Amino acid sequence: MNLSFRFDPVELPPETKELRQEVRAFLRQEIEAGTFSPNGGKGSFSREFSRKVGAKGWIGMTWPKKYGGHERSHLERYVVTEEMLAARAPTRAHSTADRQSGPVILRYGQEQIKQKILPQIARGELCFCIGLSEPNSGSDVFAASTRATKTDGGWLVNGRKIWTSNAHQSDYMIALLRTSPPTKENRRHGLTQFLVDMKTQGIITRPIINLTGSHDFNEVVFDDAFLPDSHLIGEVDMAWKQATDELAYERSGPDRWIETFPALVELVRRAGEEPSERLAGGIGREVAHLATLRRMSLSVAGMLQAGKTPSVEAAVVKDLGTNFEQALPDKVRLLAPQTGDSQPDSNDDRFEEALRYATLIAPKLTIQGGTREVLRGIIARGLGLR
Amino acid sequence: MADNTDNIIVDTATRIFQDLCGPDTVNEAEKGVWPKSLWGALEESGLPLTWVPDELGGAGAALADGFAVLRVAGRFAAPVPLAETLMAGWLLMQAEIAVPGGPLTIAPIHTDGRIALTADGTLSGRARRVPFARNAGHIAVRAHRGSEPVVALVATSGLPISQATSLAGEPRDDVAFDGAMPEAVRPAAVDQDQLVCFGAAVRLQQIAGALEKILEQSVQYALDRSQFGRPIAKFQAVQHNLAILAGEVAAASAAADAAAEACAGPQIAIGEVAIAKVRGGEAAGTGAAIAHQVHGAMGFTYEHSLHHATRRLWSWREEFGNEAVWAARLGRMVAARGADELWPFVTAGS
Repeated sequence: MNLSFRFDPVELPPETKELRQEVRAFLRQEIEAGTFSPNGGKGSFSREFSRKVGAKGWIGMTWPKKYGGHERSHLERYVVTEEMLAARAPTRAHSTADRQSGPVILRYGQEQIKQKILPQIARGELCFCIGLSEPNSGSDVFAASTRATKTDGGWLVNGRKIWTSNAHQSDYMIALLRTSPPTKENRRHGLTQFLVDMKTQGIITRPIINLTGSHDFNEVVFDDAFLPDSHLIGEVDMAWKQATDELAYERSGPDRWIETFPALVELVRRAGEEPSERLAGGIGREVAHLATLRRMSLSVAGMLQAGKTPSVEAAVVKDLGTNFEQALPDKVRLLAPQTGDSQPDSNDDRFEEALRYATLIAPKLTIQGGTREVLRGIIARGLGLR
Repeated sequence: MADNTDNIIVDTATRIFQDLCGPDTVNEAEKGVWPKSLWGALEESGLPLTWVPDELGGAGAALADGFAVLRVAGRFAAPVPLAETLMAGWLLMQAEIAVPGGPLTIAPIHTDGRIALTADGTLSGRARRVPFARNAGHIAVRAHRGSEPVVALVATSGLPISQATSLAGEPRDDVAFDGAMPEAVRPAAVDQDQLVCFGAAVRLQQIAGALEKILEQSVQYALDRSQFGRPIAKFQAVQHNLAILAGEVAAASAAADAAAEACAGPQIAIGEVAIAKVRGGEAAGTGAAIAHQVHGAMGFTYEHSLHHATRRLWSWREEFGNEAVWAARLGRMVAARGADELWPFVTAGS
């Protein structure tokens, strides 16, 4: 018996070296042109930027060409994604669709919808949000109660989704809606995935301001909103079967360990060329964690490329990754050489901005996309404990 | 989950350890009983000479095969100098010195280790905490002739060896080389730093193996042990601890893979080894602590075999540079490159 989860080494194919340089050159150019600033000063949402990325062929990279994709590998996609994130490029207008919504439509969507929607996503023209959480259904995803009732030619939706990131800027939502009650045998039964056009009459999006003062997530209210039959995704009542592989994509990517990375970069800048032993040791430890996580995350991309569904391995990466990125700002805070009034020329602003951002977003990192508690439950199940 | 490997060398090693390296063998070895039949079976299979080329009397297998064998040895807490003999074979191979039979070890094992080859052809200097020196027939010594790095092969008979042990109860002896006449001396480009890097990669494999073992033991114990009317595996607090342990095991395994890859090139990639030893060493500590917590008082007894793995984890993480040493070195490397080179540094290996 060997219970250890395997993270087989992945060697990035040679074509990714060139691709990486291409992405870096593009990002440098965009920074110089003022499209975005690497310290996040201009926000993370830019439709203009997303269209440029789409034009480069870097959205929907792994999808078939007939749907506007580029038939490239998961590893090439990985390289593009991590370069964008490391530079803090404003990818929010396309990242959800690229990572999650597009693959779901590709796998379970109806043909006419695939032909209509996927090419637009790949061009960077469509922003998606994910309608999962509800006021009484958070970690307990399968308790969702927002209803879709069959009507002539489609479905009528009533209820509320909450904590929906980007809903106010999205063109579409992929929503998990109740179409039947759960059964005694299977409490996950009765939920169905739908494509929701956010301009549909009867949908109201209300902002929920988060603790950083930003408008990111929302409450979305459905009041007799009509969805045509063509917007049904997959099988009625059977969404629980479709949801699991989606999570392997969502949970293992670079976005699960890189969010607070700029704080580490600025710590290195402040440390200078010859840091104290203590500071060097602190930096080294964080870099060791980061590099090992990247290796594991890359390994999951390799498994996806090989056609596997490594959902437990993805949960391991997300648990380790989000704990790392969440703890990082506090490590940085206590390692940083203290400056006062005596060194007016130090890089204070840049450092403080990165640390402030990292500190403020830290709490959400182990909540969004599956809480730490949920992830550890998944890992425990993988170990045969439950 | 790991599948059974289709690697015949690993299968051979696993079979030998399963048959001849049970908990009693490990306990007896700590009392000073040399595990004769275990070592005999290993020698007969040719495993200790995995890395030695055919023409120097070895098996000529790939570096990766030897590392994989060491992971298995780590799982079984093998109380024999298999890792050390493999390392000695590797070091002698750098100098194209034929490898003698019998258990071997290497010296010195510390970054500041310094043994000189004097004008009369004898060695001078001492090496501390040499693993299994008392059991080894020969020691592969990395020495200097003036400023020229050499490798010397020295028989242990007649060498003053003062015995000490690691906290796992394994021999870590101090050896005085003054006046010893080597059986062979040849120049070799491998410097002390590269030897220490290689040693770190070796220990990381053993650490990964031992962590795999304690994960298995802990999961099994949690399923078997009942309290409050149900197996403790059913308690969420225990499940979460085991989930953390599984994460640390996975991280250590990835780190060990990275270090092994770093050794494959003509020069060992120091940054990669540093990353791996920091992360793997940390996983050893965190992992051992959780395994003990899950096992309760039972795991704190000498009778239970948990300590075979955990005491070795505490010992191995300290050797060839502990987390603090490597982290500081890594941090200095990163700082010297500058903030804007951090991301390129992290992605450089791929």
